[in-house]
Amino acid sequence: MSSGLRMEETELRLGLPGGGGGGGGGGGEVESGKNSGKRGFVEIVDLKLQLQTPVGVQEAAAEAAEKVKRSPNDDSIVSCGSDPEKPSPPKAQVVGWPPVRSFRKNILSVHSEKGRKEEGEKSSSLAALVKVSMDGAPYLRKVDLKTHRSYQELFVALQKMFDSFTTGDYGSQGMSGRDFMNERKVKDLLHGSEYVPTYEDKDGDWMLVGDVPWEMFVASCKRLSIMKGSEAIGLAPRAMEKCKNKC
Amino acid sequence: MVGGFRWAAMFPDEVWEHVFSFLPADADRNAAALVCRAWYRIERRSRWRVFVGNCYAVEPAAAVRRFPEVRAAAIKGKPHFADFNLVPSDWGGGAEAWVEAMVEGWPHLEELRLKRMVVSDDCLELIARCFKNFKVLSLVSCEGFSTAGLAAIAANCRNLRELDLHENEVEDNCLHWMSHFPESFASLVTLNIACLEERLVGLLHRVPQLVDLGTGKFAAQHHPELFSKLESAIAGCKNLKSLSGFWEAGPTYLPAIYSVCEGLTSLNLSYATIQGPELIKLISWCKNLQRLWVMDLIEDDGLIAVAASCKLLQELRVFPSDPYGAAQPISLTEHGLVAISAGCPMLHSVLYFCRQMTNAALLTVAKNCPNFTCFRLCIMEPHTPDYITRQPLDAGFSAIVESCKHLRRLSLSGLLTDLVFKSIGASANCLEMLSVAFAGDGDAGLHYILSGCKNLRKLEIRDCPFGDKPLLDNAAKLETMRSLWMSSCSVTLGACRQLARKMPLLNVEVINERKRGLPLELQPDNCPVEKLYIYRTVAGPRSDTPSCVWILR
Repeated sequence: MSSGLRMEETELRLGLPGGGGGGGGGGGEVESGKNSGKRGFVEIVDLKLQLQTPVGVQEAAAEAAEKVKRSPNDDSIVSCGSDPEKPSPPKAQVVGWPPVRSFRKNILSVHSEKGRKEEGEKSSSLAALVKVSMDGAPYLRKVDLKTHRSYQELFVALQKMFDSFTTGDYGSQGMSGRDFMNERKVKDLLHGSEYVPTYEDKDGDWMLVGDVPWEMFVASCKRLSIMKGSEAIGLAPRAMEKCKNKC
Repeated sequence: MVGGFRWAAMFPDEVWEHVFSFLPADADRNAAALVCRAWYRIERRSRWRVFVGNCYAVEPAAAVRRFPEVRAAAIKGKPHFADFNLVPSDWGGGAEAWVEAMVEGWPHLEELRLKRMVVSDDCLELIARCFKNFKVLSLVSCEGFSTAGLAAIAANCRNLRELDLHENEVEDNCLHWMSHFPESFASLVTLNIACLEERLVGLLHRVPQLVDLGTGKFAAQHHPELFSKLESAIAGCKNLKSLSGFWEAGPTYLPAIYSVCEGLTSLNLSYATIQGPELIKLISWCKNLQRLWVMDLIEDDGLIAVAASCKLLQELRVFPSDPYGAAQPISLTEHGLVAISAGCPMLHSVLYFCRQMTNAALLTVAKNCPNFTCFRLCIMEPHTPDYITRQPLDAGFSAIVESCKHLRRLSLSGLLTDLVFKSIGASANCLEMLSVAFAGDGDAGLHYILSGCKNLRKLEIRDCPFGDKPLLDNAAKLETMRSLWMSSCSVTLGACRQLARKMPLLNVEVINERKRGLPLELQPDNCPVEKLYIYRTVAGPRSDTPSCVWILR
């Protein structure tokens, strides 16, 4: 069940996955869409009686769970943010049990990541400042990904940042600089419009912005680059291809 | 008191102040202050250290007014279970009211220790600017501040002797805050910044007199030249007694501290996932260790080695590397605990996370260590019985409380019936703090505790079948305690209302985080209470409650 859910989250769709309700902010719950509830993660058990070992599937707490001081859901059992890198243990998690501080829950997940770079790593209590470059702009900017909760918000911020630079060079479809970051027109971007938002991820690969769920993006994005469409074609071709096929 | 204690006036006040300075505990000073007006007056003017266990128990201004000469203050905010996310993040515990009152009334304050409070950068700046002789700042489990606030402390507190920041949520927006420390920093003796990244080596060279060092992130294994600089910097700290931190330290890094191991009395490696063999090697150098905090990666074998090398050990804490049981099971069992109890005659404080336990092991530990003051055992799966006999662990914990006559703090876990509470109520006469989770059969369990345990100050309970009756039957007891926390139990709103009406010196806080349904005032008496926090106070209901907290009157 859980692996099915993970695939669902990373599945490429029309429009931005974050548009379906957004993430919970950098460090919040991964479930996109508040009305999706626990998404079948765990069976609700009445804790006033004996706690039974639950049958439901539960995902281990990710480092994202470390910072959040969230109020417990009904019945004191919550599904913590899913960690796509860990297999899910067959246990429900009770809020605040075992009684270890958030700090300690985080240490293990930080240490267990294989091949992590020790100094590039940011703990989730730090800002996620990334450089943003735009082709043709005279200097770089920086944006704090943690202050946005969705691709939509990020694009609005980027648009404001680079508004002064997008003068006359519009895409072949006549999009204005104001529109080029609009999420509704993502597919237009791929069909020859001038600017494409891309990012470099933790592995050093250049990816198209918008492919993965928002939280995953925030955790893996090292820097952003708004490239001219023609240059972006050669990057992450598989992703571009999939997007194009769905458009 | 007969006819006024005129003999109090036979000696000048200074003589009485001098006498009072020998009273070791605040409780003794409190008692002296009740003897007569003269002693009250003299005592209050000569008390220079104040401990406020619950920031809402008294108005800050009142405390400052009563004791005008205070130099050292310690204040605690949120309930202990806030550490485990059981308390809403906006519950309270803000430090501003206290800091503002202290700045006003205690300009000579030298020492401030805050725990589980929300401290803003503004507070830190106030502290940095207004207390001219400030020497000690300790923030533990706090939040709300950033490194910019710490920069203000570093820049302005020229006589800082101790800076202890551990387990705080700190926003890191001022990367070089430590560069604001004075170039020659001869006063700093304790530096514990285990929550932050930091440039360790440069600072160490400026503070060779350091006695207590806690580091932040360190990954020296990837920088050999930094490693050798660290090694020599630490070796230069000849007075180092206490070391903690080492997040992400790998085994290749540990030899950097071998040179100081023999002098160490306190070692905290509970953030470092060093495996058993390396740990054993390190600890074998630390013959004088009194306090050891480690991860369960040390395993039973490691603890057996500790029991053999560290004969002066007084306090042991073993934390879980894998709280949710996702990875391979670790070989840390009841055997490690028994080995330590047998090998370390001075052991008196234990915190132990494990997955299995037996009554027999606990009986052995109780017999080996009658001097325990603190025993906290956390068997990670709730309701776990003795894994050999499948019996509840009542007998084991009963043995602990019956044998350890000086036990002040106890945390229970595993499968437990009301019987264990009967033993605790009857035997735990020194017990001040008790933590209970997933235990007991019914109301009788709570009644045993509240009607016994005559020195109980703090009681925290979660997920136990305790209801209204024992609370109402023992209402008076609650006024003798600092606080009671109950969550996911069987208490109703009606009982809370009754309690609040009956006991005007208690704040009865009902915490309800669900946004739907009627407001609390309109809910019926049989409405279940999810979370309850009751504490005694002379300050009346507080004015900073968030929307999810109701104070019943």
